[in-house]
Amino acid sequence: MKLAVWTYEGPPHVGALRVATAMRGLHYVLHAPQGDTYADLLFTMIERRDRRPPVTYTTFQARDLGSDTADLFKAAARDAYDRFQPEAMIVGASCTAELIQDDPGGLARALDLPVPVIALDLPSYQKKESWGAAETFFQLVKSLAGPAPRARAAAVQPACNILGPTALGFRHRDDVIEVTRILERLGVRVNVTAPWGARPQDLARLPDADFNVVLYPEIAGVAAAWLEKTHGLPAVRIQPIGVKATRAFIEEVARLAGVDPAPALDAPGSRSGWWSRSVDSNYLTQKRVFVFGEANRAIAAARVAADEFGFEIVGLGAYNREFAREVRAAAESYGLAALITDDYLEVERAIAEAQPELVLGTQMERHIAKRLCLACAVISAPAHVQDFPARYSPQMGFEGANVLFDTWAHPLVMGLEEHLLAMFRDDFEFNDAAGPSHLHAGAAPPPVAAEPEPAAADAAIVWTAEATAELSKIPFFVRGKARRNTEAFAASQGLSAIRIDTLYDARSHFTR
Amino acid sequence: MPAWPRTPEAPRNVTLLTALAARQPARSAAPEITSRERPVLRERGQREVFCGLTSIVWLHRKIQDAFFLVVGSRTCAHLLQSAAGVMIFAEPRFATAIMEERDLAGMADANAELDRIVDELLQRRPDIKTLFLVGSCPSEVIKLDLGRAAHRLSTRYAPRLRIVSYSGSGIETTFTQGEDACLAALAAEAPAAPADASPSLLVVGSLPDIVEDQFARLFEALGVPVAFFPARRSDRIPAIGPSTRVLLAQPFLGETLSRLQSRGATWLPAAFPFGAEGTTDWLRAAAEAWGVAPARFQACVAPGRARAERALARHRALLAGKSVFFFPDSQLEPSLARFLTRELGMRALEVGTPYLHRDITAPELAQLAPETVLSEGQDVDLQLARCRSLRPDLTVCGLGLANPLEAEGLATKWSIELVFSPVHGFDQAGDLAGLFARPLKRRELLGAAA
Ligand code: SF4
Repeated sequence: MKLAVWTYEGPPHVGALRVATAMRGLHYVLHAPQGDTYADLLFTMIERRDRRPPVTYTTFQARDLGSDTADLFKAAARDAYDRFQPEAMIVGASCTAELIQDDPGGLARALDLPVPVIALDLPSYQKKESWGAAETFFQLVKSLAGPAPRARAAAVQPACNILGPTALGFRHRDDVIEVTRILERLGVRVNVTAPWGARPQDLARLPDADFNVVLYPEIAGVAAAWLEKTHGLPAVRIQPIGVKATRAFIEEVARLAGVDPAPALDAPGSRSGWWSRSVDSNYLTQKRVFVFGEANRAIAAARVAADEFGFEIVGLGAYNREFAREVRAAAESYGLAALITDDYLEVERAIAEAQPELVLGTQMERHIAKRLCLACAVISAPAHVQDFPARYSPQMGFEGANVLFDTWAHPLVMGLEEHLLAMFRDDFEFNDAAGPSHLHAGAAPPPVAAEPEPAAADAAIVWTAEATAELSKIPFFVRGKARRNTEAFAASQGLSAIRIDTLYDARSHFTR
Repeated sequence: MPAWPRTPEAPRNVTLLTALAARQPARSAAPEITSRERPVLRERGQREVFCGLTSIVWLHRKIQDAFFLVVGSRTCAHLLQSAAGVMIFAEPRFATAIMEERDLAGMADANAELDRIVDELLQRRPDIKTLFLVGSCPSEVIKLDLGRAAHRLSTRYAPRLRIVSYSGSGIETTFTQGEDACLAALAAEAPAAPADASPSLLVVGSLPDIVEDQFARLFEALGVPVAFFPARRSDRIPAIGPSTRVLLAQPFLGETLSRLQSRGATWLPAAFPFGAEGTTDWLRAAAEAWGVAPARFQACVAPGRARAERALARHRALLAGKSVFFFPDSQLEPSLARFLTRELGMRALEVGTPYLHRDITAPELAQLAPETVLSEGQDVDLQLARCRSLRPDLTVCGLGLANPLEAEGLATKWSIELVFSPVHGFDQAGDLAGLFARPLKRRELLGAAA
């Protein structure tokens, strides 16, 4: 057993639901008790979907156990077929049904429905949501695209598939649009985008493309590997997140398609590079950033933060283990040990310890950052309703890079404002406690209570009253850093007390 | 009128029903027989209702020194988080012990694991006074005996900690039944009232503190000694015995009621305290049991009732004459339908409820119009078809259905808000009406959909 307070991922059947909900003409019959229907609200509320997810739950009850849960499943599957007339169905069990072992796949086959019925085996007590999405997509592709490589007609125009976007994915909706535009500029035709918007019959056409674009390795990695092996479709696995990765992505697509990358590389709307170089952004230099999320997002975010915005990465981690090796390698490149965990309390501790100025994470880290009074931007699922904006807001491509610059820089104290805050910090109405004006009131640090107890972590070093008073004159957004540096300096000098002198000695010691 | 098959005979005693509905108050005269005769559309198909675990979301905020440990799966943890997602995000007083592959291998293992988890939890939260071990579908199916586990752990941690088990599983409970199961289990822990104790009132069902305080003041004015169950602190469970008179604050507490009755308590049937009439009727049940003089009763309730009526009047213009359709959710549906039809002039087309306690809701059912269809259980696709063909002015439904119905042009009210917000009593009557009025008001403001 594992004690869980909040979780980053749902059970694997929620991953299957994300695939089914993204598609059209597919229906999912899930053997599950009534409470499991909560999953519908993830889509209708968080993502504001205007239709119910295409899923029928059998909602068996205690009185059905041991007698007719299998019949219940068959009746539900038949009714679902009759009512929704899907082109294909997926069937499976949730955690409870897995225990009663009714074999939904076998039961559905016995119904002899006139459409493909794909049985999903998603072990609820071992696996989680991302894995469930990947497995579901893989099973769909494998069943519907067929095993035999087909002869492809020599095409006039190169074509690719876009693989991976699902329902409830972080900005998948807009990433698909952005990447499709890039492909258009390159003269590459999109054969199928899946699961997002695809019908089962579209999956049968996947092998007609020349190559695959794997937008989200967490979801499409397995299916793309199978398509490569079985149908000989190579895959572009670079996620175009940030200007540099977008350029690398374009080069790679152009290479596989045999086209000139220039039309897509010339992107007049790409501003994040200049925004990052403009003088105001000097203040972003080596801002301390803690990055946590879905593995590939986190890796990409750290790379953009470090290479394109000049931040310093002080923490990097992921909640899903499938790509732990990659996350560890990336963390090492920043001289860090990766944090691979799905225990949000552990993440909270790590963030508190690293004392970043900005947290890039999921909705969990947003809440953690709020509690620790840190700036934060969401970069990864799981995300909440406000992370599904009405406006176009991709993370990928050149426009995506613009969005990253805006959403990561805005929560930070901006350049000139940083001076103004320092200049007016003793003013009775414009002071530290009031917080920067462009942040909402909740972002201001509580005046006294949240002021970290100096040297609380290291009882060997005490702050004198004068030093504490001096520390409080330092603007709040650098105060944590000053305190940390001073304590490290004092420790390195073997001092037991921090005086005003120590504070300034430390400052000169650490001045870069 | 509804075009689906239903019990052909109209209630035989339509005139009596109408007469009763017109009377005020109906409580004392509501003969059980009328509600028994009202036809009920019973359905058994796909349900779209939360399981009992969900009630932990408000129970853990009510009982402030208790911790709820669900023994379940990742699904259970995800459900709790999704239902509570909009609430304050801190380390809450609930968690899930997620069972994994190796726990399913053998019972001895699972019990040892549970003990380890409880130890871990208590180290982190030494302030806990009561620990609820909450069963889920997986724990029920593998027959993990949480009652025994509670007993075992109790001997280890007594007297510092009380450990109580109940089931919130979706195979046995829907949504608010989780509170019923919890309170029924807690009732067994209550001390016995001495045989010669003088009568005292027990208000049963978790209420927001502010509402509880309002009621406490009213009962004090009436001279009725009152205790509330559950108490805010789990070490203050009121004593129960033949001197206990029970007034239910929520209609979904059938199991708890029979547990209290088996300990000698007497139940005071009443309508539920929603709106001016409902609250008056509910208070009157207690006043009559204590022989409070009618004049004193009037004097005590009149100011609150007048406030409630004023507040309701503000919403009546918008709501009167509008039709409402309830999908089953919290079991509050019959009471809310009574409130909306009797006090705000709405027309209830269908009142769906996951489970109908006929006895408990009899005073409410007697006041529903005979043409209102009462349905119990659910087959969500059939019910959606009925709703679409009736096109009610307002549909009360769960979060999974609301946006899809809005997209079809139907105004909806999320039912979950009705259990998460303070809606009982005179001073919340206006807020309760406001919850139903807001979606309609909003449509007016926005005009035709863009
Ligand atoms: S229905 Fe059962 S398995 Fe599903 S969340 Fe509720 S208790 Fe857990």
